[in-house]
Order: sequence, then structure tokens, then C-alpha cells
Amino acid sequence: MSGGLVQISMKLEMKDSPGQLVAALKPMSEAGGNIIAVIHQREPDLDEDTLNVQIVLELPEGRLEKLVALLNEQGVRIQRIGEERLLYKRTVILIGHLMHTDLSDTVDQIDSTGFAEVCELAMSMPAVNERSSSRITIKAVSRGDMEAALAILRRVSNQKSLLLIEPLEEIA
Amino acid sequence: MMKVALIGLGSVGKGVAGMLVKKDLGITITGIADSKSGCMDPKGLDIANLLAKKTKNGYCGDQKISASDVIAKADYDALIEVTPTNALTGEPAIGYIKAALLKNKHVVTSNKGPIALAYRELHALAVKKGVALRYEATVAGAIPIMHTLEHGLAGNEILALYGVLNGTCNYILTRMAAEGLTYEQALMEAREMGYAEADPTYDVQGIDAAIKLVILANTIWGNGIRLADVDRTGIDLLTPDALRLADDEGCTIRLIAEAIPRKHIFRVSPRIIEKNHPLVVEGTLNALTLETDMAKEITLIGRGAGSTETASAIIGDLLFIKDRYVRRA
Repeated sequence: MSGGLVQISMKLEMKDSPGQLVAALKPMSEAGGNIIAVIHQREPDLDEDTLNVQIVLELPEGRLEKLVALLNEQGVRIQRIGEERLLYKRTVILIGHLMHTDLSDTVDQIDSTGFAEVCELAMSMPAVNERSSSRITIKAVSRGDMEAALAILRRVSNQKSLLLIEPLEEIA
Repeated sequence: MMKVALIGLGSVGKGVAGMLVKKDLGITITGIADSKSGCMDPKGLDIANLLAKKTKNGYCGDQKISASDVIAKADYDALIEVTPTNALTGEPAIGYIKAALLKNKHVVTSNKGPIALAYRELHALAVKKGVALRYEATVAGAIPIMHTLEHGLAGNEILALYGVLNGTCNYILTRMAAEGLTYEQALMEAREMGYAEADPTYDVQGIDAAIKLVILANTIWGNGIRLADVDRTGIDLLTPDALRLADDEGCTIRLIAEAIPRKHIFRVSPRIIEKNHPLVVEGTLNALTLETDMAKEITLIGRGAGSTETASAIIGDLLFIKDRYVRRA
């Protein structure tokens, strides 16, 4: 499970004076964060000297406490904070004799890794003895884990003579 | 005026001959050979007459004259080699091309066999002889991919390429997705439309697309990869259900040729792809996305086959040679 990222969204309140925003952003890179978006909000009913900023960033797991401490040191007030585990999702299609080749075993081989799991499965079975098709969505904690999960699926598909259709991953 | 000899008078050869007659491009055909006959005239042949003779008799010239005779004896600057592809041996086209290069003649070909199988040798021979070997028509028909790589994207590092390079497969997949046809039904329809051969193996198992990927990879990276190095899966086991399952997610399935050298990926396989992706083209169209260091992503879309469309690629090559090399009064 190591190497995972969390996506943090936080709403900060700071004095609307030069240098304040930079002072708030600096601790984020110090904590190893990757800032995705900075959204200024000037709410009309708010005190003129106060600036509200929403920030979305990716942070390695376990670094949030350190970041909060750093922000407090800078005198930045955190109004709200949300944390969500960042998940990689990928959808593949499997075609073949899925039931005869033990679909639950196929799914298990992903689930039992501990780092990836099948989170959705849609299936269509036209008739007995005909090949069936299924759409499988896998989620994993990191990109590397996703690659490892897909490598397992490729191996299993090969062993079970299933046709695995992978997504075209956006630009290398 | 540039003089050319044309070897092969099938659909592509007829298209080239017809367009050279119709358009005043400063190119004269001084030799022609089909599989059964040949003819030569240093002052220029009467093409309309020869094409009529071909239609009537099944051959165009003198049956005592062979393609090799035309290559050896005709008065020409560039050879147009458009005989049918032999993907296993590349012959007799490799022999024709070598013979012309050895005579210090430029060569333009639409033939995938020689370029996929013997590119290094033929390219080296052309360089040694100081002549051009051009093959724009071998990949993606009318799309000027080679010119784009050579000129428009000159100086760029090509990081990866992704392509829809087989019109037959793209037609079948388009029809399966649009109408819920089975693979067999869509293949039959493709045959009726003249988009698929009686034996569709070469297309539907991704061999044709893989050969084009080999040609592109060797042209771009000079890496010497061969057909056997391409990881290949065809479309013949796809089900209408699979296309419907993809469609439920706003996606479809296309046969994608993919090369990412730094990851050692050379692959032709059916892939799930978002419907609004630029590579998702309809029917027999071809498409190619190049990922480069400076220009970033560039996608080209166009017709991948057809007599006049292929002639467009060949004539583009001929005029390039004419501008760059040929100085005749």
C-alpha cells in the first residue's frame, strides 16, 4: 500500500496583503505536495482585508499533519479540509468462456493482491457454449499497482485463453 | 520533364497512370509492365491506348517483354513499383527495386513487402547510389505521414505513435458498434462493399497493421524491428456484446497499432477508446497520432486505400524527387 497519494482539498483564510498567498503555498511544496488548483474567492459579504482561497493538492499519504502544522506556523487559518484517497481506475473487457474458466477465480487473482481490486463487473452471456463478454473496472492505489494488476490479468487471460481488451492509455 | 517506368498495372498502377495523363505534372511514362507483358518508348507511351488494351486483353504490352526487361532497358529517372505485396518474401518487388537502384534510378513504391522486410538493405543501397527510395503509399494510403515526419516535424523527437492503419478492421468495428452486427455479419458486409478480401486473415488478424507499424518504426527510429517483434491481437474474436459494454461507458473498440520504443512496446491490438478520441474515425478511414517532444500530439486522418488516393501518395513522392534531383530540360 506504500507510495499512495491522497487528494486534499482545503479552504484557507488569510489576510489580503502581498506575500500571504505565497506564504500559504510554500509549506505545501515543502510537505511534498503537488498543487493541482488554486481558486480565489472574494466573497462580497466578507471583510475586505480577508481573502479566501481554495486549494486542491496531491500529497503522499501520512504527510497531512505536518502540512497543517506548517500552515499554522505561517499564520494561515484552515477553514475546512477534506481528504480522499486518490484511486487509479481502469476498465478492461474480457471475452471468452468466462464462467467455464472460473470468473470468480479471475477476479480473486486481482482482489487477493491487496493493492488492487475489481470494483465493478458487467457481464453478458448470449447462450450456453457461446463466448461471453464482461466489462471489469479495477481500482488501485497507485499507477504502479495498476500496472501490476493489469500484468496479472494479462497472464490469467493468457492461461485461460480469454481475449483481454485494454484501454488505450492516454499519451505515453 | 521527368521520365518514369511503371511496374504493376492493377488498381494502384492504373490510378497513377491515369492521373499522370490527366494532370500536367511534367512526368512522362516511358515504360510500363504488368504481370504478363511490357512496353517501352523513350519519347513517352500512349497511356490511354495501353489502358484500353489492358482492359480488353488483360495485358497492356508485348508479351515478350517482362518487367525486368523494362527495368533494365527503358529510359527513365524513377521507377514506380506498384506490384502486389508479398508479405512473406517481398518478391519479386525486392528484386525490381534493387535492379533499379543499382542502375542509379530513384524508386517510388506502394509495396509494403520490400519496405517491411528489406528496408535497411534497400535504404543503404539507395544512399550508396545517391538516389531516393520513397514509400509514402505503403502506410495509411493518402495520408502524407512520411512527408510530415520528414519535413513538417523535422527536428522533433518522435516519442510514440498510435494508429488506425487498417481500413477493413475499422469498417468492421464501426459497423459492429453502430448496428450491433456480429463479427461475421460485419465481415460479410465488408466483403460485399469490396473492403475485405476473400481471405481476410491478413487484415483481421492485424498482420497488415503490424507490417505498417514495422515500416513506420524503421523509418522513424531505424530500430530494425521486424513483424515477429510486434505483439499482435486481431479483431476476429470480438463480440457485439463487448462493443456494447464499451459503448455503455462512452467508449468504443478500435484496432490500434502502437509504438513506444522507450517502453519497448510495439503492439497491434483491439483497444477500448473514448468515442471522442481523435483516433476514433468511421468506416475505412485511417488515422495516426504522433507524440513528439516539440509539437506534442499531432493527429492525421484520411483515406487509407483506393486507386486515386494511393496515386496521390505516389505522385507526391515523384514530385518530391523531381524537385530535388531531376534536372532535365
